[in-house]
Amino acid sequence: MKFVLFHLMPYRHLDLVEAKKYRSAWTVLPNSMYDPTKGAEEYASYIEQLVSGERLGFDVIGVNEHHQTAYGLMPAPNLIASALIQRTKTVKIGVFGRALPLVNNPLTIAEEFSMLDNMSKGRLVVGFVRGIGAEYHSSGINPAFSHDRFHEAHDLIVKAWTQPGPFAFDGEHFSLNYANLWPRPVQSPHPRIWIPSQGSSETIHWAAAPERKYPFVVTFSTAEAVEKYLKSYSAEAHNFGYEASSDQLGWAAPIYVADTDERAREEAREPLERLFNDYLPMPWEMLIPPGYTSLASTKALAKVRTGLGVERQTLEQLIEKGTAIIGSPKTVRERIERMREKTGLGNMVCLLQFGTLSDELTQRNIERFATDVMPHLQDKKPATREAVPSA
Amino acid sequence: MVPTGQLIEVSGVSTGLLRQGKGPPVLFIHGANGVGPWLPFFEKLSTHYDLLIPDHPGFGRSDVPAWIKSVPDLAFFYLDFIEKLGLKGVHIIGTSMGGWIASEIAIRDSSRLASLTMVGPAGVKVKNVPVGDIFVWSAEEATRNIFLDQAIADRLLSVKPTDEQLDVMMKNRFAVTKYGWQPRMHNPDLEKWLHRIKIPTFVGWGREDKIIPASYAKRWKERIPHAQVEIFENCGHLPHIEASDALFAKVKKFIDEAAV
Repeated sequence: MKFVLFHLMPYRHLDLVEAKKYRSAWTVLPNSMYDPTKGAEEYASYIEQLVSGERLGFDVIGVNEHHQTAYGLMPAPNLIASALIQRTKTVKIGVFGRALPLVNNPLTIAEEFSMLDNMSKGRLVVGFVRGIGAEYHSSGINPAFSHDRFHEAHDLIVKAWTQPGPFAFDGEHFSLNYANLWPRPVQSPHPRIWIPSQGSSETIHWAAAPERKYPFVVTFSTAEAVEKYLKSYSAEAHNFGYEASSDQLGWAAPIYVADTDERAREEAREPLERLFNDYLPMPWEMLIPPGYTSLASTKALAKVRTGLGVERQTLEQLIEKGTAIIGSPKTVRERIERMREKTGLGNMVCLLQFGTLSDELTQRNIERFATDVMPHLQDKKPATREAVPSA
Repeated sequence: MVPTGQLIEVSGVSTGLLRQGKGPPVLFIHGANGVGPWLPFFEKLSTHYDLLIPDHPGFGRSDVPAWIKSVPDLAFFYLDFIEKLGLKGVHIIGTSMGGWIASEIAIRDSSRLASLTMVGPAGVKVKNVPVGDIFVWSAEEATRNIFLDQAIADRLLSVKPTDEQLDVMMKNRFAVTKYGWQPRMHNPDLEKWLHRIKIPTFVGWGREDKIIPASYAKRWKERIPHAQVEIFENCGHLPHIEASDALFAKVKKFIDEAAV
């Protein structure tokens, strides 16, 4: 199994009482509530945390993209990736991911990723996503064309990475006379593309197709849902005539490790409940704008409406449902191990800082996880990796 | 009497249509929420005119053709619709998004049109005068913001929609998103062509419109100087519901004079 040290970079100084006066911590939360002096320190801390991942033996350190929200301060994740490249030597750098439909020229995404792949000498792993519902409000992009734009942007980016340029691209949404990538990526044919998703069947089918075989990562879901979606990816692969390998199957979850289950729960409780009840919630109209998912899927979702922030979630519920993995090293190992046994899980994307979790507890959590959980489950690393001097 | 709905084929699109009454043709172009129930305003129109109320492509009982992507597409679709039905001397009435569609029809070809009525039309954006964000509001907020008279909103909100109605509401919402999300409920290229409209034009607005402020009527009047403008007092975004009698009286007089 491979391990990703993943970060959302939340703004922890948010006045949570004041923030509750607004629809959501996304899109409509006034940015007068952001203090740049405190925010600058957040970036410094978070970058340190990610950089420590190399010394501690993580396979990948990763960031992602979100806009206009206290939930995550990375509207331009490539800027963080660029900083991480300068601070590390061997660990892979993950950008999970860029929201393809939200840009008006996807070639810029191909260019930037290609630059990062060059600057890191081939250490880049990328994610392609559609952005969450709120980001169609904040970008103005029409959610009715989200899927079309995603697929078209994907085709353009992969073509730009793999085909000789210049070439013309005649898309419905993106049309270019000249696509000609300088620089081309270091990795051949191109950096590995992961697909983080909440598990729509259309996405699973598309990602598993033999011409792609894109690693799929289920994000923020109950253990039951993660199992179901990973199994359905493997079933799709089987139907396509091949067996999915473990490195195609991923799970992203908040994780907290301490000496005992009790202590882990005590330390993780408030930060985790903040994440799910303060930073993440948004009303239905922001979460699922019309067209963002198919009419059939939207109808199905509307019936249950148990989406983000519909009801308050406690630490116990989050642990019970397996959305978060919280406990002693043994408990955390067993939870991950159990998912691996059931699904063949091969990529664990670990959110080791979440919500308002402090720097001190975060660093302790990262180190504890790296020492007492990861080595028991991690694939053997090539010799060059073991030669990395510890800081 | 509520007419029986029919489906007609226009440009390969199966199109829902309510049609009732005799007299000069009146084409009612519905707004973002679809046709909805048979209203007193419809009943009155149908006692004097040949009233046609289609579901726009993407809405109600109509198909959802992938190739119709914008309000300009809808405008050309309705020119096909008018030709296909052999209509001449058509009086168009459009409310809200329907007013936008009606204006886009009229700037393209008004040879088969006798008059144009727009009530609280979308389609034009006045800089720095914001319009309500119908996409971020909950269903309840939207209902409350549409009407000034909250008793109407209370009544609508107290009725639990059937599954079938919910399906249509969601279908309509998908359609209005496709046509109106970006640029938000307007076409930046519409305003500069409004001078093409030479037929008699009536612009109505609810004084207390919380979706598109009544001050927008001024811009329409600037671009279509011969337009008659009427502001309805104590009325929100939908005068054909909230000021039905007053609107009908004005529109009937306008149409009858235009038809002469």
